Order: sequence, then structure tokens, then C-alpha cells
Amino acid sequence: MAKEIKKLESVTVRFAGDSGDGMQLTGARFGDTTALSGKDIATLPDYPSEIRAPAGTTSGVSGFQLNFSSQAIDSPGDQVDVLVAMNPAAVKVNIKDLKKNAIIIVNQDAFDVKNLKLAGYEKNPLEDDSLSAFKVIPVPVTTLTKNALEDSGLSPKEIVRCKNFFALGLMFWLYSESLIPTIKWLEEKFEKQPEIKEANIKVLKAGYNFGDNTRLFTERYKIEPAKLEPGVYRNVSGNEATALGCVTASLLSNTPLFLGSYPITPASEILQYLSKYKNYGVITFQAEDEIAGITSAIGAAFGGSLAVTTTSGPGLALKTEAIGLAVMTELPLVIIDVQRGGPSTGLPTKTEDSDLLQAVYGRNGEAPVVVLCASSPKDCFYMTIEAFRIAVKYMTPVILLTDGYIANGSEPFKIPNVDDLPKIEVKFLEEGREFYPYMRNANLARPWVKPGTPGLEHRIGGLEKSHIFGNVSYDSENHDFMCKLRAEKVASVQKDIPDLEVLYEQEGKLLVLGWGGTYGAIYHAVEKARKVGMKVSQAHLNFINPFPSNLGNVLSKFKKILIPEVNLGQLARIIRSEYLIKPIQFNKVRGLPLKSFEIQSKILEILSEENNDNQK
Amino acid sequence: MTTKSEIKQKEIKQLTYQDFVPENEVKWCPGCGDYSILAQVQRVLPELGIEKEKFVCVSGIGCSSRFPYYMNTYGFHGIHGRAAAIATGLKVSRPELSIWVATGDGDMMSIGGNHFIHACRKNIDLNILLFNNRIYGLTKGQYSPTSRKGMVTKTSPYGVVDHPFKPIALAIGSGATFVARTIDREPKHMQEMIKKAGAHKGLSFVEIYQNCVIFNDGEFNHLTDKNTRDDNLLVLEHKKPMLFGKEKDKGIKLVDFKPIVIDLNKKENSIDDVLIHDETDEIPMRAMMLACMAEDSNLPTPIGVFRRVYKSTYDGDVHLQLQEVNKKYGKGDLQKLLTSGNTWEIK
Ligand code: SF4
Repeated sequence: MAKEIKKLESVTVRFAGDSGDGMQLTGARFGDTTALSGKDIATLPDYPSEIRAPAGTTSGVSGFQLNFSSQAIDSPGDQVDVLVAMNPAAVKVNIKDLKKNAIIIVNQDAFDVKNLKLAGYEKNPLEDDSLSAFKVIPVPVTTLTKNALEDSGLSPKEIVRCKNFFALGLMFWLYSESLIPTIKWLEEKFEKQPEIKEANIKVLKAGYNFGDNTRLFTERYKIEPAKLEPGVYRNVSGNEATALGCVTASLLSNTPLFLGSYPITPASEILQYLSKYKNYGVITFQAEDEIAGITSAIGAAFGGSLAVTTTSGPGLALKTEAIGLAVMTELPLVIIDVQRGGPSTGLPTKTEDSDLLQAVYGRNGEAPVVVLCASSPKDCFYMTIEAFRIAVKYMTPVILLTDGYIANGSEPFKIPNVDDLPKIEVKFLEEGREFYPYMRNANLARPWVKPGTPGLEHRIGGLEKSHIFGNVSYDSENHDFMCKLRAEKVASVQKDIPDLEVLYEQEGKLLVLGWGGTYGAIYHAVEKARKVGMKVSQAHLNFINPFPSNLGNVLSKFKKILIPEVNLGQLARIIRSEYLIKPIQFNKVRGLPLKSFEIQSKILEILSEENNDNQK
Repeated sequence: MTTKSEIKQKEIKQLTYQDFVPENEVKWCPGCGDYSILAQVQRVLPELGIEKEKFVCVSGIGCSSRFPYYMNTYGFHGIHGRAAAIATGLKVSRPELSIWVATGDGDMMSIGGNHFIHACRKNIDLNILLFNNRIYGLTKGQYSPTSRKGMVTKTSPYGVVDHPFKPIALAIGSGATFVARTIDREPKHMQEMIKKAGAHKGLSFVEIYQNCVIFNDGEFNHLTDKNTRDDNLLVLEHKKPMLFGKEKDKGIKLVDFKPIVIDLNKKENSIDDVLIHDETDEIPMRAMMLACMAEDSNLPTPIGVFRRVYKSTYDGDVHLQLQEVNKKYGKGDLQKLLTSGNTWEIK
């Protein structure tokens, strides 16, 4: 039955079900397909920290949200247009995030007494009017999957496991997307299990055909390809982009990469990716603990490797003392912190941007380090390279902050031409008549000497060293001098980083200042506010320590500064202390990225107050 | 006929003791056992046939850990307990270096315990010298994880209640492939142990009983005093019977899996009853038994090589794997890597 195809600009869908239902995989396949057909996309996986939380309960619900659009987008969307819910718990958990009139496609078969009870429903929501604000489309997904695989020879358990591909096939039909990329993917993935491969392909097609034949849908949709810059694209998650950034920095600097790391959510993937790249000269050392992760990297940096350690908040806390050692020994080292909900173990699988103060200040002594952050999945690639560039140029540890949201989220990444990327200059000192380990060049960097270089034997360590000569020194004047020198060195990186760019008016009533993973949400909030006539500008920080040199000037050009953060005001605190201004804060720590409509209402609130004040 | 390694040794400038003595002043307390360890290391390293610039000394925190500053080689003075982890990163990334870790009973057995057992388990090709004085020296006299039960120290005024670690047993149990013990007052023996540790491929662990003249003076007197030494010290020699005593007339015999001392002057005992030491025994039982003897006042304390076995090293295997992957997939092409997976073009 041919149905009308309606064109849409952008859609936010969410796949939700039990953590065993394969929702992450389903979401990722849908994302890849829409990206391949040229849409701009942004994704947001959201899953419980238990690997298989109790089935059917609300705590076991795993979700994957995806925004795809014919316009350039930077956020996975605030509110959901279409929810695919594999059980009652998935409806219960996600209903609060749905737009009015949103479509809910439910697996009707899962709405039995047991599952309703597990989800905490007293009555079946499909049978009363509790979902009347939405367009509910009940589909017997399990039954239809079983029917399709009647003669497959698979066990009943294996058959039921294929049901996510039915839902996926139906969604591909609904949004006029091709099945081919998924079929190809299944062919590769299950090359060695042909029955499973065939079954999934069959179910995928059954889902698609169901859409065509059923009367449940009166229309289907199409999103035109986005007008992205010309080039070759792929989809990357933040963690993948970070790993690629590490390998790229290694090849751009012609220096072998050493990663010392201990598995921790949500950073482990970087270690997993890099473990594969052995033919790129990458050495990965899965250490016995977080401290060995960083100290082995410090040992490798002393040996002349491009050294990196990856972690998340609790791990960064454990690495604190060793970061001080890297400050004292002035060795290049990159520390990547994929932030998550804290304190303590906190919310391991949920995002938060609350390690900023830890990164900037959290060490004993006067221990300045460079702190950078990435603002989107693809940005992780470039900021990782930047972190290494600064580390080797200034002989300093650099902390790069990403977060669970951009680490797990993905977006199209325009693949750069490697020859166009600037080389990272690494120079080892190989000879010198007058050599002292703490001599300095114009960047205040001390020489990097590889053990094994004849004649340049020297000793460094965590004790204070005398200026230039590098002998252990307890001299009070020397210590005062060295502390100031290390601070000056890190501060001087400012001359080497780009100015902060302001989007829209360069001065005015309100600037929204952000950092890290909040970029997309802020961008959309500001854009929407401007569409309804509000005068508001945006600036986003990638460099926290040091700040861009024009930041003070930018801040002085606006009457009010709004800082939205996924913490209780950590950047706001630094801005207040550095520039003696009082920014307006907007803080939410729900384990989720900020929603742009909330930021937008905050903008509205501030600007209307402003107007009222002016009228008085 | 000269072997390859001999030719190589000739090419290397013959180093001397003096090459390893730096300009700066050594600042341990006068009379400290550390001086002897430093001197023996400086004597042995020139004989290993390795270029001077390839030696690196790595340490943690404590009196022992000042060691790198007193060696005219590359050196890294780390943070408390982390020497083995720092050295691991260095060795894995630069396997051609000869790395010597100087550490103490507090540094390596307490705060650094985790790194120690994992370095042993992975058999990283490091040489670890444990300066065991059974006390915290640098922090001025608190008991350590190797202090004897009952020892009175600043933090145990009524006697230590902990059970001490047996570092040798810990090393063997964790998989170290070369394990030895020596004493600061036995310079020749110490040189021999350091030399063997240096020659061993894999993790070498040498426990050195070291006298702290300030906070735990005389801890090892029974092993170093002329009058008691021979009755208390069992010098292990490969493939030789375990004999001790001034006249070498006492031996170790195994009865019901327990070591006992037998007097060879007595008729009922014969030299054939005495255990023969085999440092290359793959099964660690006997080495473990020897490791526990120091705790037993009825038995002598063994020094020498407890265990010397071959196992592939972590650093060696990592590089082997790098080569294998390189062979299998060819040298990585960055542009290809970036362009991998599903891609699409926008014109
Ligand atoms: S305190 Fe003890 S161990 Fe430390 S240097 Fe003095 S004598 Fe040696």
C-alpha cells in the first residue's frame, strides 16, 4: 500500500528497551544508516551501569537517542519525536521526554501482566487513556518476529533475540532509509554464523515490509541529506575520535605512542581502540591500577615516547600525585579524563562535567598544568592532537577533559587529509657540551633527552631542582623562583592558542559562555532564542588553563554572562575569581546533557528581566 | 675463538668504577649500609658489557631511593612506591635499556606492593634491589612491613603486632624469575648477586639486608658478627650441598617436608643426607622453603640465589607482538585508518 511521504527537516528518535534487548546496537545501526545517507546526526546512548539489570524493570531500561537532520546539528535533541519502546518499563521511563503528539511504537507483545507489574503499571497504559497525548502504535513485534522465523531452525530464545531488527526494519521504512548498510553489516558481523545472519536479515526485511502493508501508519517520512561541507565523512564517537587523535599525533610527531591505562567507564574504549593499532607503533600497557597507568606513562615519557594515560573522575583523583611528578620533572604527558557523574563512584555510565576544578587545581603544591576540553565527538580528535602538541612543545603535562556524553555520542566526522594536518615538532637533545637538564628554551621548556644518549646522563625526580642545573635543591629562593617559573611557563601557552570567538554580536546584553560537551545544547538554545528576536551571543571555551588571552575583553563587552554547566558552577567559580565578575549560573547534574529548551528559557528570563529593569 | 658478545664488549669502551661516580655529594648517614650497596653496584656495572648511557636507575621514596642521584647514569627519582611502575613504562617502551630499581622495604613492600607483585608476575626485565633495613629511615624510625613482630619503634612503643612480609617468598609467589638475597657487609657476595641479576633476562629481585645505623642498628648483627656469622648464615651455591658452620659441618636435611639442621660430626648423619641446592628448579617449592627459613630461629638464614628460571619477558613479548601484527597487516597507513569503517562522500 503506497503511503504518502512527508518531508521533515529533523527528527529525534529514541530506541528503548531492556538492557538485554540490543537497543544500543539498534540505535547505532540506525545512526550509521542515516549518516551514510547524508544526514547530519548526533547520538546519545543512555544505559544503566549494570550489565544486565533486572529484566523488565525501569532500572534496567537502556536507551539510545538520535537526532538526524537535513540541517547541521550539534545535539541529540531535547525532546523525542518517536519512541520505540520494547516493553512497558521503556514507556514509563521515557514518557517525560516525549514531545506532545510524539509517536510511540510499542512492542504490544511485551505488555503482559508480568511486565506491566515489573514496570509498576497497575493498568495497561495501552488500554486506558494515559497515553492520549501521543500517537501510540502497538505492533506485535515478538509475534511477527516469530512468524518470520518459523522455519529458521533457530531456538525460540535465538528467535526472540532477533526482534530488535524487526523494530529497526520498521523504522527504516518509516523514515525511508535503505536496508543495505545494515544487511552488509550483518553479513560481516555474522560471517561465521550464517543462520543468525540470515535470520536477522529476514526479520529486518519483515519489519520493513510490515510498514508497507499495515494500516497502522498513514504516512511515512523523509529527511533530505544535510548540506555539509564537501568531503569524505564517517561517523565517530568521542572515544573513537580520541583514540584516532592519539595515533594521529604519534604519526604527526614521528614519536611512538605509549598508553598506560586501567579500565574505567566511560574511558575504557580508548584503551580498547588503541590496543588494536599495534601496526601504528602504538604500545598499550593495561596497568595494575590507575597509578601505574600514569606512572608507567611518565616512565615512557622519560624514555622519549609520546605518553598518554586515559581515565575518568575517580581515576584522575588517584593519578593526582603523579601529575605533580610530571609537573616537577617537566615531562610531556597527556592525561585524558572522560568525565562521569561523581563524587566517588557516582554515576559511572552517566555524564557530568564536574572534574573541572579537580583538573585545574586538584594537586598538592603549586602545580600548574594545561587544561583543555573537547566540545563534541569529532572535536575530541582535534583537541587530542592539540594536547600532545602543547605537551611536547612546552614539556608539560596537559589534561584533556571530555565527558561521557561526547565520548559515547557520535556524529559525522569529515575525514581530514593527513598531509594537511600540521606536523608536531619533537626535538630530542642529542648532544651538547654545556648541557644541564633544566636549561630552558624561548618557550621555557627544558630539553627532552632520551636515556641512551651518550654524554647527557642526568637525573630528574620529584624533589625540587635548582634552576638550569637540575640538582636537588632545598634553597628557599630557588624554590620561590621555580614555582613562579613553572606557573609562567604554563601561563605562556596562552600566546599559542586561538582567541575565543564570539558568535553573533560582539557586544551586548547577554553572552552565553560554555565549555566542553555543552556546546550543542547552548548552540541550539541561542539559535532558537535569536529566531524569536532575542539578542544573545555565544562563546565556547576549548582552553581552560590558560584561558584565551581575549577572554577578559570579551566578558567586559557584555552586560550579563550566563554560564550553563553540568556541575554546580565550576567554570563560573573560576571566571568569578579570575575576572571579578558575577556570571549567572545555570546548573543541572542529572547525569544527562543539558537540554537546549531549558537554556533557552533561562535566556528569555534574563533578557526579560533586563528589559523590565530598563523600563523602570 | 671470540664469541659475538665478546666482540661487542670490546667495542664498548671499558668502563670503570669511576665512570659511575657522580660529582655530587652522597648524603646518607655515616656508617649506613647504603654506602656499601652503592659501591658494589658501581663496581659491577662496568663489568656487564653494557654502554654506560644505557643504564637507568629508577627509585621511589626513602633513604634507598636517593640512589639514582648518586649514580652517574640516567636516573629517575619517582614518588613513593611507584618505582616499579615507572620502570615498567620505561622498559616496555625502551627495551634496550638496562634498568635498575633501588627501593626499600617501606617503598616496595608497603605503598608499592601492588606494582611489585605485578612487575614480578609480568616478568618485566628489571633489576630490583630492595634495601631491607626493616624500618622507615627517612621518616625517622617507624616500623615497616618487614619489621619483626615485637620490635619497638617510634610507632610501636609496646612492640610491633604485625606479621612481617617475607620479601623473597613474596617475589617467588608473584612469579619473579630471579630471586636472591645478600647482605651489606658481604661485599664480594653482593657483587656476585648483582652481577647475576644483571645477567638474568627477566625480573631480577635482590633483597639486601642493610643496616640502618640510626634507627635499627644491629638488626643483622647475628649474620654479620664474626663470632656468630658462620652458625647463622647459609650461603647457597648452585648444585652444592647446603652446608654451613665454621667448619662447614652442619647441613640442611629435609624430613617430612621440613628443613632441619643436622650435625655432620655425628655418625648417623652423612653428607648424602644434605639437600643439594638447585636454583634452576622449575618447581618453586624448595625455593619457597628456603625463603621461609630466616623466620625460624632454629635454622640459618640463607643468602645467595634462591631461584633462577627462564620465562619469556613482558617487554620482549610486547615487541614480538608488535612485529607480528606489523607483519600480518603491514605498517599502518594513517589515512587508511581515518577512512576506515562506513564512509560517504559529500560533493
Ligand atoms: S636513616 Fe638509616 S637508612 Fe637512612 S641513611 Fe641514615 S642510616 Fe641509612
